[in-house]
Amino acid sequence: MRTTVKNIIAKYNNDKTRLMDILIDIQSQYGFIPEEAVEVVAEETVLSKVDVVQTLSFYHFLSQKPVGKYAVYLNDSVVANMKGRAEVAKAFEEEAGCKFGSVTSDGMIGLHNTACIGMSDQEPAAIINDVIFTNLTPLMVKEIVQKMKKGVTASEMIKLKGEGQNGSALINSMVFNNIRKSGPVIFAPYDGGSSLKKIIKMTPREVISEIKASNLRGRGGAGFPTGLKWDFCTKTPGPRYILCNADEGEPGTFKERVILTEVPKLLFEGMAIAAYAIDAKEGILYLRAEYKYLKAYLENTLQEMRDANQLGKNIEGKEGFDFDIRIQFGAGAYVCGEESALIESAEGKRGEPRNRPPFPVQKGYLDKPTVVNNVETLCTVVKIINHGAEWFTTMGSRESNGTKLLSVSGDCEFPGVYAIEWGMRVRDLLEMAGTENVQAVQIGGPSGICIGPKDFKRTISFEDIPTGGAIMIIGKERNLLKDVVLNYTNFFIDESCGSCVPCRAFTVLMRNTLKKIIDGKGVKSDLDNLVDWGNKMKIANRCGLGQTAAQPILTTIENFREKYVELLQEDTKYELGFDMEKAVAASCAYVDRIPNL
Amino acid sequence: MSNPIVATTSLAGCFGCHMSLLDIDERILQLIDLVEFNKSPIDDIKTFTKQCDIGLIEGGCCNSENVHVLKEFRKNCKILVSVGECAIMGGLPALRNGIPVQECIEEAYLNGPTVGNNTTRILPNDDELPMILDRVYPCHEIVKIDYHLPGCPPRADLIWEALVALVTGGELNLPYEVVKFD
Amino acid sequence: MSEKIKFTIDGKECFAEQGQNVLDASRDNGVYIPFLCHVKGIKQAGSCRVCNVKIAGRTMTACTTPVAAGMAVENDTPELRDLRLAIIEALFVEGNHFCPSCEKSGNCELQALAYKFQMMVPRFPYQFPQKQVDAENAKILIDRNRCILCKRCIRSFKDEKGRSLFAFKSRGHKLQICIDEECAANITDEMAQEIMNICPVGALIKKEKGFNEPIGTRKYDNKPIGSDITSVI
Repeated sequence: MRTTVKNIIAKYNNDKTRLMDILIDIQSQYGFIPEEAVEVVAEETVLSKVDVVQTLSFYHFLSQKPVGKYAVYLNDSVVANMKGRAEVAKAFEEEAGCKFGSVTSDGMIGLHNTACIGMSDQEPAAIINDVIFTNLTPLMVKEIVQKMKKGVTASEMIKLKGEGQNGSALINSMVFNNIRKSGPVIFAPYDGGSSLKKIIKMTPREVISEIKASNLRGRGGAGFPTGLKWDFCTKTPGPRYILCNADEGEPGTFKERVILTEVPKLLFEGMAIAAYAIDAKEGILYLRAEYKYLKAYLENTLQEMRDANQLGKNIEGKEGFDFDIRIQFGAGAYVCGEESALIESAEGKRGEPRNRPPFPVQKGYLDKPTVVNNVETLCTVVKIINHGAEWFTTMGSRESNGTKLLSVSGDCEFPGVYAIEWGMRVRDLLEMAGTENVQAVQIGGPSGICIGPKDFKRTISFEDIPTGGAIMIIGKERNLLKDVVLNYTNFFIDESCGSCVPCRAFTVLMRNTLKKIIDGKGVKSDLDNLVDWGNKMKIANRCGLGQTAAQPILTTIENFREKYVELLQEDTKYELGFDMEKAVAASCAYVDRIPNL
Repeated sequence: MSNPIVATTSLAGCFGCHMSLLDIDERILQLIDLVEFNKSPIDDIKTFTKQCDIGLIEGGCCNSENVHVLKEFRKNCKILVSVGECAIMGGLPALRNGIPVQECIEEAYLNGPTVGNNTTRILPNDDELPMILDRVYPCHEIVKIDYHLPGCPPRADLIWEALVALVTGGELNLPYEVVKFD
Repeated sequence: MSEKIKFTIDGKECFAEQGQNVLDASRDNGVYIPFLCHVKGIKQAGSCRVCNVKIAGRTMTACTTPVAAGMAVENDTPELRDLRLAIIEALFVEGNHFCPSCEKSGNCELQALAYKFQMMVPRFPYQFPQKQVDAENAKILIDRNRCILCKRCIRSFKDEKGRSLFAFKSRGHKLQICIDEECAANITDEMAQEIMNICPVGALIKKEKGFNEPIGTRKYDNKPIGSDITSVI
C-alpha cells in the first residue's frame, strides 16, 4: 500500500496544496482512506496526521471507513423527496440488506444519504461509484442491486442514455439536459474560439472595459459586477489566477451541469478571456465531486482546445498569451461554493471561508490575486466579446442586463433549464413550467426566499428577487414546514463548516425549535425566538452560508406565518416540550415495569 | 398584614443550596421576620398547606417524583426560582446525560464497583419507586421558572439579596463577585 | 514613523497604527471590545463572532477589520450586547460547561464573559451533546465537553516543520479538536502550561497539576473581564 500511495502523492509532486487530489485518488483506489495512507500522506507532504485528517474529515465523499464496493449516495433533497425518494430508499435497504448510513457486512454495498447532486429535474437520483442514476423507481433499484450482486460495474448498468452529449462515449450517462428554453446567449450557436481571435487584437484594458460596459454581474447569486472584479484584481501584482466556480451545490441547481455537458468549450474560452484580461497563466475549474462523471469528457475537451491552440502557449498565435486550465474536484461540501472556501479547498485545506479583507482579488489562491467567477458568468463573457456590450445591454431589466439560466424543479410538468431575460415575472415562469395549484416557490435555493402567490407578480432580477438560478416549485399538497423548511434547515446544519458560533450552534437550536413547533408543542415565544435568532444569524456570521442559513425559516415565517401560527399552542406555566411518558419509557422498559403516570 | 410565604425543596440536588441559604448567618433572624415558610425541609412541612408567594427550587429533575414535586411547586407558588446549577442546568447529576439510561442503571445496580453482591441481579422496579427519566432536566424545561440564581452553591449573599428584593419588591443590584457559577 | 489613524469607538476618539485591526487598536486606546477567539499576535480566526461591532451600519468582527481613517465603530450598544450574550449562551448550551467541576473556573474567559453580561440562564435549551475526552497524551488532557472551537490552539502551535499540533476534525456541529500524537509526543511541561494558558476555557488541561489558586481569588472572580484594558487609560 505504501508504494501505491507514494506514487499517488508523487503524481502531485508531494505538494501539500494538492492534498485534495491526493486524498480523492486514494479514496477511489481503496474505497476509503486507510490509516496507513494518512500516515504516508503526512510524511510525504510534511504535514502532521491531524492536518491530513482535518482536510479529509471535512468532505462528505472522503471517508476513513470503507464506504462499500458499491457506494450508493442517494440524494436526500426536498425535490428528491417530493419525487418518491422514500420508496426508493426503502427498496435499496430491502434489496441490499442494510440501512442508510451503513455498509453490508460483506463490504459489498454501502448506502449513504447525500445532499442535492444536481439532478433535481430527474429525481430521485443517486450516485453509485461516480455513475449517475436518475428517475429511480423501486423496480429499478431491485435490478441495480441484483446486478451489483453479480459484479456488474455501475457504468455497465447504464442502458438508456440522455440526450445531447450525455450519450457520447466519454460521458455515457443516463442524465438528461432538459433544456426547455435555450435563449439567445449561452446555448445560442457560436463559432468556437472566435472570441479569442477577437481579444488578441484588443488590449487587456479594452477587454475589461467591454465587460464593464456590458454591466455583466456575477451569476452565482451575489451579483458583483464582473468587469469591476477583474479590474480590482489587476491592481495587485501577479502571478494572478482565474478560478471558475463550478461547485453548484445550492439544492435545486443544475444548470451548470448542462453547460458543462453541452458547451464546455464556451466556458474554457471564457476563462481564457478572463486570463487575458487579468494576465493569469493558470486557471482552475473547481468542479463538484458529484459531477465526476464528466471528468474524462472535460479533460478531453481541454486537450482538444490545447491542440487547437485555444489553450496553452501563445494562444491563437498571440505572443505571451499563455494560459492553461486544470480541473480541481471538490469532495462534497456545499460551503466550497463560497469563493474563499473554494480557494481554501483548492489549496488542499478544509473548505472554511476566509475573513475579508483581504478579498480574493487581492489575496486569493496561494495568496495571489485571484478572480473567482461562476460558470454561467464566464460563458456569458464569451458572448459579450463576440456580440459586443451593447447587444448585451438590450436584454434584461434596468439593473440586470442579459439573460439568466434557471434550474426549475419540483411540482411542475416541465422541469429543466430555462434561459430567461432578467425581469421575468415569477407568474410567467410558472406558466412556462406547467404548474397548477402552486403553494410556494423557493427562489434561489434554500439560501434564497420562499414566496407565495401574492408575490408571483414580482420579477426575477437583481432589483427585485435576485437568484443564482434555483427555482423549486412547491405544490398545494406539500407540508411546507415539514417537507421543505425542516429539510433545508437540516441541510445547513450538515453543511456548516462549523467555524462561526452563530452558524454552527444557532442552526441546530433553530431546527430543534422548528421541530417543536411542527410537533405541535410550540408556543408564541418559540416563533418569536426563531425570528430573533434568525436575524442574529444574518448579521453575525462570516460567510454567505451562515448569513442565509436561517432564510428557510425566516422567509416562510414572513410569507406563510399562518402555517406556523396554526400549530402553536396556548402558553401555560408548564413546558409543553416535556413529555413524561417519553422520558420514563426507556428506564421502565429496562427494569420491566409499567409506567404509572 | 401577613408576611410573604416561601416554600423550598431539593430535587436532584445535594442540599448544598439549602446550606448556602442558611449561610446568611445572623441575617437568618431578619429572614424569619420577613417571611413565613411553608413546605420546606427548613421547617419540615411536608405538603403545601397554603398558596405561597415564592418557591425556591434546588436541583434538577432526574426522576418522576422530581417532576411531580416541581409541578406541585408551580401550582402552589406565584414565583418560582431555580436556585443553583443543578436546577438551572442539571448540574452534577446531568453528567449522565448523553449516556443511555439503561447503561446508568446497569452501572448503578449491576456492574458498578460499589454494587456488592446483587447476586439475584434485581433491578429496582417497585411501583412505589420514582421512575428514572431518560436524562436529567433543568427545571425550566419542565415548568416556567421566573428567576435563576446560579452558583454551586449560589453565594449566600446572592440568595439573600434576591430573596429580599423579591419580598420587598426592591431593586436587585448585585455586586460583580456575587454571581458566580462555581 | 507612519501617521496614526484617527477613528472613534462609541464616540470616543481613538488612534491606531496603519494596518492595525479594530480589536487590537481598541485595546491600545483603553476600550474593551469583548472577544473569545482572538490572541494578539497570531492570525485572526474571526470565528467566535463575539467581537462583532457595527461599522457604517454593517456588523463585522473587530479582530478582522483594519482600522480606516474616520471609521466610527459602535461597540457597547444594546443590540450588540444582546448579540454577544446570545453567542455566549449558545456556547454554553452546545457544550457541557459544568463550571463547578472545571479546573479553569474563575480563570475561564467564556465564564468571565457570561459574568460580564450577567447570564443567569441561557435563552437556549441545553443540548447535552456527547463529547469525548482524550487523555492519551502524556502532558495534555483534552476535554471536548468544554471546547468552544476557537482555534487558538490550532493557530498557536506548529512544530519546526510547520506541522500542526492541533487540528479540527469533521465540520459543523460535529466539529472537534484533535491533537497530533507524533508532534505532541515530546511536549515539555512549559509547553503544556503554555497550551493550557492559551485555551480560553478548560478544554486543554495540563495533566498532573492541581489547583494552585482557590476559587474566590482567581482572575475573574472579583474583577470583570476587560478591566485590565479599561483601567489602562
